[in-house]
Amino acid sequence: MSSALLHVVTYAAFIVFVVAVAVRIYKIQSMPVHLRWDLYPVAHEGKRSHYGGSYFEELDWWKKPREFSWIGELRGMLPEMLFIKALWENNRPLWYRSFPFHFGLYILIGWVGLLVVGAIAQIAGIPVEAGTGSIVGVAIHYLTVLAGAFGLILATIGAALLLHRRLTDPEVEGYTSPAHIFNLAAFLGALLVGFLTYILVDPTFALARGYVQSLIVFNVSAPVGSSAVALEFLLFSLLLAYVPLTHMSHFFTKYFFYHKIRWDDEPNFRGSRLEKEITEAIGYPVTWAAPHLKADGKKNWADIATEEVDK
Amino acid sequence: MKKKIKVEDISRPTEKLTRTDPKDFKPLPPPYDKPENLPPWVPLKVSDDIESSLDDTIAVAVPKPKTKEEEQELVRKFLSGLEKLFTKENNWTFLQLLTLTMEHCAKCQTCSDACHIFEASGRNEVYRPSYRSEVLRRIYHKYLKPGGKFFGKWKHGDIDLNWTTVARLIELSYRCNICRRCAQTCPIGVDNALVTHELRKLFSQEMGIAARELHEKGSMLQLRVGSSTGMNPLVVKDNMDFIDEDMSEKTGMTIKTPWDKEGADVLLIHNAGEIMAWPENPGAFAVVLEAAGVSWTLSSDIPAYDGINYGLWYDDFQLARVAIKHAQAAKKLGVKKIVVGECGHSTKSLMVIADRVLTGDLNVPRESAMTFLEDLVFSGKLKLDPSRNDFPVTLHDPCNMVRLMGIVEPQRRILRHLCPKFREMEPHGVHNYCCGGGSGFAIMSGYNFQSWRNHVSGRKKLEQVLNAFQDDLSPETHKYLCAPCSNCKGQLRDILFAYDAWEKCGILYGGLVELIVNAMTDVKPGFIEWEWH
Repeated sequence: MSSALLHVVTYAAFIVFVVAVAVRIYKIQSMPVHLRWDLYPVAHEGKRSHYGGSYFEELDWWKKPREFSWIGELRGMLPEMLFIKALWENNRPLWYRSFPFHFGLYILIGWVGLLVVGAIAQIAGIPVEAGTGSIVGVAIHYLTVLAGAFGLILATIGAALLLHRRLTDPEVEGYTSPAHIFNLAAFLGALLVGFLTYILVDPTFALARGYVQSLIVFNVSAPVGSSAVALEFLLFSLLLAYVPLTHMSHFFTKYFFYHKIRWDDEPNFRGSRLEKEITEAIGYPVTWAAPHLKADGKKNWADIATEEVDK
Repeated sequence: MKKKIKVEDISRPTEKLTRTDPKDFKPLPPPYDKPENLPPWVPLKVSDDIESSLDDTIAVAVPKPKTKEEEQELVRKFLSGLEKLFTKENNWTFLQLLTLTMEHCAKCQTCSDACHIFEASGRNEVYRPSYRSEVLRRIYHKYLKPGGKFFGKWKHGDIDLNWTTVARLIELSYRCNICRRCAQTCPIGVDNALVTHELRKLFSQEMGIAARELHEKGSMLQLRVGSSTGMNPLVVKDNMDFIDEDMSEKTGMTIKTPWDKEGADVLLIHNAGEIMAWPENPGAFAVVLEAAGVSWTLSSDIPAYDGINYGLWYDDFQLARVAIKHAQAAKKLGVKKIVVGECGHSTKSLMVIADRVLTGDLNVPRESAMTFLEDLVFSGKLKLDPSRNDFPVTLHDPCNMVRLMGIVEPQRRILRHLCPKFREMEPHGVHNYCCGGGSGFAIMSGYNFQSWRNHVSGRKKLEQVLNAFQDDLSPETHKYLCAPCSNCKGQLRDILFAYDAWEKCGILYGGLVELIVNAMTDVKPGFIEWEWH
């Protein structure tokens, strides 16, 4: 594959990723208000959140200021995002497989960030390598090596363990689709290529940084320097484009599961924005066909909800 | 070794998709570790014209279609309903939730161990919380999504949509208590209980199919007559008069339940099942409110004297219809707030779910009996002597009020204050287990469904109760299982009766307010009668 084509693939993958994430977020966000479906504990409940309590425990709760703890939200979200707390608590054997995979990917995201920072430093004339005399360059160099090595090792081990579980655990037998196997195999393949490239070809990630630099400055004809590095970036680019098109988009849709459903405890007060949204929703025309509803596509949700039933 | 049932097997016409075999059920602690102490499993007896090919019980009893054309028409209706579930006009109520759950399950099965029904059944594959979700997910991706015939199979696995699938899904949507314990454990946030809810809704709102106890004898009867118990306003007033007389005699206080008192501070809405089955509960409420000098009233408007709202479990419109009428009654009386009695699903329906249905002046403030009673207990208005409750007490957490509303501590603070021998079940609070009667099961007893409830859905709760009292399970020591929820009490009544738990272990069940009255020094001692079992 030519260097130019690889650059085009990477740019395209980035665009697909951004567009796919944006479209999915837009679709979710543009759905109408829904009925409340709280599930406790709710992290922003402040002093009550540790046992799962809510503002409904207050006498005349509607008269009192609603406590909303951002610190509580962070306390709830960060362990979940970083350490998959729910899995640690409810499925420890899976956590041992899933955590290295996910945490390894987080470190690799950091590694990509460090490659970008290093590339910008190089463009600015700061050499990024060991023993150059530039503290910044040396720090970026070592951090990149550290993040790349740890990220690749952790994520590769995690992917292999998850794939092994998919293929051998009777609990998931019958629920594993071809796509599950493909997804994990694709991750494992890309990560293995990345790991072997690191060990055998690019131990300081200088070539990887060079490729990122050429992406930043749009120098699409710059040689990658190694076909292994080219393959590594080709596979990473394809994964970048693929992930948000699959159920693996849970890396950002999880936000909605928590904030828009489980923890959405916003009460409806008269004259509020929420009440306006509800008023709009109950005005939708309805076509449900069951005889007790008598929906004809003209009557709206509120008409049917306020209709007397047949005596 | 049994062959594992696969998701796609639901479409294959066989006599039964699975067998519900008591030999597989999870063993119980003593004294129910001995087979002679267990209630018998009641076999299913059903005529050939009723669909019964899921397992060995029936909840809905759908008639078999008589012709191929009829079958196809029902499948077409199912598909049409499924499409409607994913339109904002027809399903704004749950569209975002359902779409996210349909598209993001990693199928890791973390939810499985959280399910009391799956565990109690001996891990019967068909009762796995993700099984029915996966069936619906495959149908959704294959039949509703573009390119689904190919991509659906690739992404999720194959499934055929035929009458066998639909008929079994109807029944399968009534093998889940919608307690949402599984959702609590999901690392992503996927909600299998929501899928159950949406399936039931599709069947009701599009196909007119629902459990008879929930629809015809439930929400429809309530909207027509006033109560699912069949009580009209005259009868309910008459019954409350009897309760008042009984309470006056029993407590030595003068009790007169106020009806339709305009401008009262509080409109109290009981689950009317209490009035019929556990009159001591509404009676105890009257005693507490009178003793505390609360300005309160009941409403005789249809259906405002019955707080039940079965639509919560199967039909958004039925839910809204009842909730709106409850709010209208409160508005008419001009009360300051509605207090929902000891009934979990009534409380959640009116306070949480209907919160996004009631607008304008129908949005009357609503409160749970737990917080309301806590305030009265600690207000100093009641003279209380905890030594009157000197017997072992444990607390069942109604899922609707606790896991799904976050009302956890008020009832505990009352019990810690008034019951010296209070002890928790494990796990408890928001991590509790459902009683097994949730989502309407407690009132469903057709065919052998009650036996299924006693053996399967209620098994985990029985185990928890026995463990809570394990220090002394002798029948001579009277023990109180406090369940501040009518539906849960209905289920616990059936379990304790089936297992003869009073005779064998001395366990009585009851509400929270009864314990308060039992501790009141202004009341003759012995309000709680152990003979209530």
